[in-house]
Amino acid sequence: MAVLVDRDTRLCVSGITGREGTFHSLNNRNYGTQVVSGVTPGKGGQDVEGIPVFDTFHRAVEETGANTAMIFVPPRFAADSILEAEDAGIELIVAITEGIPAHDELRVYNHLARNPSVRLVGPNCPGILSPGKANVGIIPASFFKEGNVGVVSRSGTLTYQIGNELAQSGFGNSSIVGIGGDPVPGSSFIDIIELFEADPETELIVLSGEIGGDAEERAADHIAEHVSKPVVAYIAGFTAPPGKTMGHAGAIVSGSAGTAQAKAEALEAKGVRVGRNPTQVAEIAIEVLGARV
Amino acid sequence: MDLLEYQGKQLFSKHGVPVPDGRHATSVDEAVEAAQELGYPVVIKAQVQIGGRGKAGGIKLAKDKAEAREHAEAILGMDIRGLTVHELWVEQASDIAEEYYAAVVFDRGAKKPMAMLSRMGGMDVEAIAEEDPTAMVKLHVDPLLGFQDFHGRRLAFDAGIAPDLIRPVGAMLARLYETFVAEDAMLVEVNPLLVTGSRDVVALDAKVTLDDNALYRHPDSAEFRNVSAENPQERMAKERGLTYVSLDGNIGILGNGAGLVMSTLDVVAQAGGRPANFLDAGGGSKAEAITSAVEVILSNPEVRAVLFNIFGGITRCDEVARGLIEAFAQIEPGVPFVVRLDGTNDVEGRRLLAEANLPNVHTESTMLDAANRVVELAG
Repeated sequence: MAVLVDRDTRLCVSGITGREGTFHSLNNRNYGTQVVSGVTPGKGGQDVEGIPVFDTFHRAVEETGANTAMIFVPPRFAADSILEAEDAGIELIVAITEGIPAHDELRVYNHLARNPSVRLVGPNCPGILSPGKANVGIIPASFFKEGNVGVVSRSGTLTYQIGNELAQSGFGNSSIVGIGGDPVPGSSFIDIIELFEADPETELIVLSGEIGGDAEERAADHIAEHVSKPVVAYIAGFTAPPGKTMGHAGAIVSGSAGTAQAKAEALEAKGVRVGRNPTQVAEIAIEVLGARV
Repeated sequence: MDLLEYQGKQLFSKHGVPVPDGRHATSVDEAVEAAQELGYPVVIKAQVQIGGRGKAGGIKLAKDKAEAREHAEAILGMDIRGLTVHELWVEQASDIAEEYYAAVVFDRGAKKPMAMLSRMGGMDVEAIAEEDPTAMVKLHVDPLLGFQDFHGRRLAFDAGIAPDLIRPVGAMLARLYETFVAEDAMLVEVNPLLVTGSRDVVALDAKVTLDDNALYRHPDSAEFRNVSAENPQERMAKERGLTYVSLDGNIGILGNGAGLVMSTLDVVAQAGGRPANFLDAGGGSKAEAITSAVEVILSNPEVRAVLFNIFGGITRCDEVARGLIEAFAQIEPGVPFVVRLDGTNDVEGRRLLAEANLPNVHTESTMLDAANRVVELAG
């Protein structure tokens, strides 16, 4: 088992004919993901190394039975592409694009919230990897193997860092889910933690958060009330000054709100152990699950 | 992007939010000329992005030309909590009967815009909350529906606004909401929102934060400058398309990925060091970008040592190594470098660095060892 993406994933990539879109689509296919189609308006009828390209999501879904979309188009086209995928009946939309205007994200989020059968992961995220099953996005799969640790993170490279430390300690992953670093993520920590809680393969959940917003604080409350599995957390940005955007559009301490200190304290107050650095996260994981290798 | 008061007021005017008539000035003569045109009394206001301007002496009333000159001279060049005043806003003095507070904020938790109104204006939001938590009325707006008249009425009635002002205050909130959406703002705040002796509702101040990701839709706003808050390294990095935040320490930091760089700053601080900057070289960092980034980091004279923390995903460690070698060929750093390369093509990257045998470059294989080493070298 895994969450969100697996061998049944049938992926359609919006922006497949772009340089990055092509590179990562083929990378995902090489990993074993069923990449069934792509969408680029005006390029319908072409193909990318055998992957058929359609003008619209609706045609791609009709012709290839796509159930998952990956959004790889530039920021100014991304919100529209997400809405089109939803309108075409896609149930899981993974938006990799960084730099989508926050108000566009707000409208997309509130529109998608009215459709209970659709889920958006991202934007500004590295995607989802279920080792041994499917890779949807840009996560470098070679560092990860199958296992029982579920990872949910707002950051890409930090996920690789933590995942790699876990791998070196002998742990593998059920799934790694990047929820993205933007102010309005389609899926929250809570959404993904619920999936891991229900996933029989996942025995430990790693939450990697950062400054800005209150998603970690909300997750802390949720974990205390609804999660039976152990959760280990990491928070980045203790040294971030207030009022400065630290790379991710959503990583900003506003006044006294959204600090790493407050997030770590909220999690610890609810019994979640928080590693002070990525290495310590792996050490706590080992302690919880028992040493491997 | 945080706007200065006068820039925010320009956007307000565009959307029909009433503001006092005013002029922008960057010299004493310009300020006096502006005052003469506007007619006395005028208020001379320092344009810096920081609270407490008035208390610091950055806002002064002038009754005649001599006073206008005197105040403009005093305020221009003044230091307000570390920011030097380079710009003034000269505006017609307002007849203040009451001071309210109004704002539209981007509520990330609720994922909806939130409109706020209080009769207790003129003090900061935290102070209002402390004095009387019920004084701030808040209301979420469905972004797909937009701000309706009833939203304005509800806020105004719930805030206890006088009957004759319910309509104008509601209209003011509707225009602020329009500004918020049309300008892609993350924050639109008016404090104080003024009621004049003749019962007009006017925005006396403007605090506007725009979404950087939406600036492509607002080419005019993208041109707004804030000279007093500009940092030479940040400006240089921006011109080169690098994500850089200036900090007050002496250890230069470069990493790939915002989360990893934030984590690197934390680990360096835990090791007893003080980071000089945040710099995300981005995914897929090519050699050229690395060279460019090194130049930005070293342009800060405080930097005593530099830490490269790379975990290669899309970024290839051999590319980073090539970039560093190239940078050393172009500039002589003069400070020690600690380089941690892990992930994609790390072996090749470390081999390249070893072969190049760069002066005063130390390689480490873990993030913690690298942090300890750089702190030691920075002294």
